[in-house]
Amino acid sequence: MRIIRTLKTALQALMRNPMRALLTTLGIVIGVGAVIAMMEIGKGSSAAIQKSIASMGANTILVLPGTAASGGVTFGSGTVMTLTPMDGEALQNECPSVRSVAPIVRARSQVVYGNRNWVPSSIIGTTSDYLDVREWTELAEGEAFSDRDVLNANKVCLIGQTIVRELFEGASPIGKELRIKNVSFRVIGVLSEKGANMMGMDQDDIVLAPWTSIKFRVTGSPVVTAVQSTATESSSTSTMNRLYPGSSFKFYPERSAAQEANQPLPIRFANVDQLFLAAVSTEEISNAIDQVTQVLRSRHRIREGEPDDFNIRNMTEMTKTLSSTASLMTNLLLFVALISLVVGGVGIMNIMLVSVTERTREIGLRMAVGARSRDILRQFLIEAVVLCVAGGVIGILLGRGGSYIVQLVLKWPIGYSPEAILASVLVSVGVGVIFGYYPAWRASRLDPIEALRYE
Amino acid sequence: MKTESVLIRLEDICKTYHLGEIDVPVLKGVSLTIDTGEFVALMGSSGSGKSTLMNILGCLDRPSSGAYWFEGRNVVQLTVDERAYLRNAKMGFVFQSFNLLPRASALENVMMPLGYAATVVSDKEARLRATEMLERVGLAERLHHEPSQLSGGQQQRVAIARALINRPPVLFADEPTGNLDSRTSCEVLEMFRNLNQQDGITVILVTHDPDVARYADRLIRIADGVLVDGTSGSDNGEDWESFVKEETTCESFEP
Repeated sequence: MRIIRTLKTALQALMRNPMRALLTTLGIVIGVGAVIAMMEIGKGSSAAIQKSIASMGANTILVLPGTAASGGVTFGSGTVMTLTPMDGEALQNECPSVRSVAPIVRARSQVVYGNRNWVPSSIIGTTSDYLDVREWTELAEGEAFSDRDVLNANKVCLIGQTIVRELFEGASPIGKELRIKNVSFRVIGVLSEKGANMMGMDQDDIVLAPWTSIKFRVTGSPVVTAVQSTATESSSTSTMNRLYPGSSFKFYPERSAAQEANQPLPIRFANVDQLFLAAVSTEEISNAIDQVTQVLRSRHRIREGEPDDFNIRNMTEMTKTLSSTASLMTNLLLFVALISLVVGGVGIMNIMLVSVTERTREIGLRMAVGARSRDILRQFLIEAVVLCVAGGVIGILLGRGGSYIVQLVLKWPIGYSPEAILASVLVSVGVGVIFGYYPAWRASRLDPIEALRYE
Repeated sequence: MKTESVLIRLEDICKTYHLGEIDVPVLKGVSLTIDTGEFVALMGSSGSGKSTLMNILGCLDRPSSGAYWFEGRNVVQLTVDERAYLRNAKMGFVFQSFNLLPRASALENVMMPLGYAATVVSDKEARLRATEMLERVGLAERLHHEPSQLSGGQQQRVAIARALINRPPVLFADEPTGNLDSRTSCEVLEMFRNLNQQDGITVILVTHDPDVARYADRLIRIADGVLVDGTSGSDNGEDWESFVKEETTCESFEP
């Protein structure tokens, strides 16, 4: 009640000189407006930068099968085949921090079209999710293969720009048939240009095909051959393999009879070389890794204390770059914000001091009719805070409007930032209290007799 | 004279200002008693200490030594905040230069002291009381006028309404007619007279003008920090009656 009356008194006092109140608060208006606009534009650009860094694969996680070891000798990653496409599906379904999962089967072979040939740096058997994981969904031409293509092991493929250049000499390859290890694949899409990756490897030198086609039709067995590769016959796949009808591959690692008895695993249809995952965001990568570890350990029935039968890699370097870019941007803006608000606050203090001097008689009168010094202090403090808050509110509207216009006219990306608005309100109240306190304190210390006599 | 009717009692009040190393004694042992319902004029030439005495009486200042009882309570001991509360509840002030808030309506000016009252008065009631007060001083038509739109006399009447809003038992007027012409001075002084006689409000009028002082029932003269003599109410009564006859011209009465 008393506060409301004081607030009213403060408003009346400010309205007695609206022009000056407006000019005083202009510093805060501009400060807060600039902060909001910059935060929003900065957030937009930061998001855009993060997105482009993310498209380089910063959010990706690679799950590799574990390594076999025998007598102290490890055979390297991939020597045990433990990852299955079903693992991939489970990860997709059970890990909330994982955006998408693509199984990967690698091959290395000559690719032939007409009288030209080329050995792509990667021939990757996967699902169409691969494009999503790599944020590469925009195709230059044609379309991606479907899940049906994967299920049926259809002989279709997507090729990168380098392949188009080398095999087709720039002509449209859609509908053309190229041969990988004498298996003919129809080109249904061309990937957009991506250029070299951070290590300088050409990312456009790529052929993507359904993993079933690569695995069962092209390689016939995993490319990284298991050390203990005594093959067991598999009629279902050998019929699909036209090139090497006799040979086949293991669906799952060989296990001894004792192991079978101890750990009856469900039938796995096939294994894949790698699982390629994308986390929902850079911040979620560590959560995603935890979830993947948990799901895979439970699926692979690994007991407490036993080592994982898989390895997880992420792009730590890139992630660090990403977060440091973001924090640099935020800190820079915070600094600029601080300066402009301090300038605004000094303006408020200046005018409040003038106002206290100018209204000395009023202060004396108020004291004579019974205002205590804390009433005077409160009145002037509230005046300063009201100025700052009003400035803050106008500044927020101005900043939002400004960033909206920037978005509209310059087509810059804008990120709506509620925390910036909250911070601006808090900071403007804070500035009001801090810079209004000294003038208010001076007013409250006045001697009523002196103040009444002041000319 | 009954003891409970004693409103103000000063005992050997001294006030010394320290200007650098020099001590300037302004009041040198003032003792006086003012009863409830009196109309007192405090008179003295410039520099006689009347303003200082007035500040002490109005609890705006503290004496260097001596005792001051207001309604039987020693106010010298009170803290700054307690004195502020006392001023708000028990004392009304009218100043020479009106001291109205600029660019605030007469109503807002009159309501202002209510904001510092100990008991919270609702906005509606505050408005009602302020309107009532302004009607009493004859400004019912000018509730929403700003001081700059009012004449000097009207401004001073707003100031009187403001002084009375908390219904104080005592009204201090410091040279209330100093900035007014003789005709409006007359109106204002008559208003004090009415307040004193009809409402029983004790009025303490500070002035250097003998014509103004004549309105009072009792005259307290101060010179060089000591009281010269007190004039009783009955002495002044005749002056008052003779003045009334010449009211319209507001001419001064030579003593």
